[in-house]
Amino acid sequence: MSLNRREFIGIGGAALAGMALAPGLRLVELAGARSPEEAVTSLQRWGLLVDIGKCHDCDACVTACHEENGVTSHGRPATDPQWIRKVTLKDRQTGYVTTLPVMCQHCEEPPCVDVCPTGASFKRVDGIVLVDKHICIGCRYCMMACPYKARSFVHEDTTNQKAHAPRGKGTVESCTLCVHRVDAGRIPACVEACTKDGNKAMVFGDLKNPNSEINKRLASAPTTQLRPDLNLNTGVRYRGI
Amino acid sequence: MLVTALLTTALTFAAETSGVKSSRIGPTVKTYKGDKCVEDTEYMRRNHMKVILHQRDETMHKGIRTQKHSLKNCVDCHADPKTNSVLGKDGFCESCHVYTSVSIDCFSCHSAAPEKNGQPRKAADPAGLKEKMHTSAVMGTVNGKQP
Repeated sequence: MSLNRREFIGIGGAALAGMALAPGLRLVELAGARSPEEAVTSLQRWGLLVDIGKCHDCDACVTACHEENGVTSHGRPATDPQWIRKVTLKDRQTGYVTTLPVMCQHCEEPPCVDVCPTGASFKRVDGIVLVDKHICIGCRYCMMACPYKARSFVHEDTTNQKAHAPRGKGTVESCTLCVHRVDAGRIPACVEACTKDGNKAMVFGDLKNPNSEINKRLASAPTTQLRPDLNLNTGVRYRGI
Repeated sequence: MLVTALLTTALTFAAETSGVKSSRIGPTVKTYKGDKCVEDTEYMRRNHMKVILHQRDETMHKGIRTQKHSLKNCVDCHADPKTNSVLGKDGFCESCHVYTSVSIDCFSCHSAAPEKNGQPRKAADPAGLKEKMHTSAVMGTVNGKQP
């Protein structure tokens, strides 16, 4: 494993911050410590935990996501872009119904990145999988490769885009884990909405920080990835499926 | 090379001494808000695309979100307060790009309206602006007039 200078200093700083106080107490939390001119590092890996037991018939996350990112519907469900959706599962024997939000799973080994012919589909070093729309040619290979159906193609002209979320016809898009918010030390819109208006079923955090809320929850109860057989090591995990 | 340099110097000197104000070729671009750009005007005239392109990759891939060289910063300062856009006939970006016949596709994805309090204000209909841009470009060529 080779480290560049910045990562080495970062690790040193993190170790110092960890040593300074008692375990579990840190002066500087790794998340949100980055200034705007600092590049993202692999010291973090962002992830989500969705507790299906708490997720009920509510679409606060979907509404918040599409509002935050300016994803609008044209009233044509077959071609309308969808960054996050609610999936309903029904146990045919018992009739028990569960619903869960499904979005880009931010895989460690993303198939969408493997198949992209231009390098537009990429994974940031902090684990967020994105589409660089400047080099996306709209071939949609990534949409075919994604086992979670997480990506959408923009079929129609876009208007009134948000300044932080450029979107345009002819490119593929998907959940960005609200990268503009994460870079500013905030949490994704879906998590914020779920905590505020929903059922508090979502937790966002750094999977590499042993003291983060998400890691504590992951350690305390069984969770699963969707399609764990594919060995993609997703950043989004579910509890209670 | 030396001759050209000398000639240019001589001409500039002549222009300055005779008190004639040299008029620049091209459209008069309205800059709107701000007296001073993030870089010198001369530098920005030649290199604005390099600056934006560099910042684009830094932001997209490394998450570096400094305001200074961002497209958002350009739009925030240079948008026409009337149309709330950098596009349109008198728009900062479009007025010059139509003259130079350079098509910009930044705004097919990016918002051409400045962001206020984290939310973009209601922009003028971009489809209408695009239509206008196209017409003015065509008219410019046909009539040989500066749009």
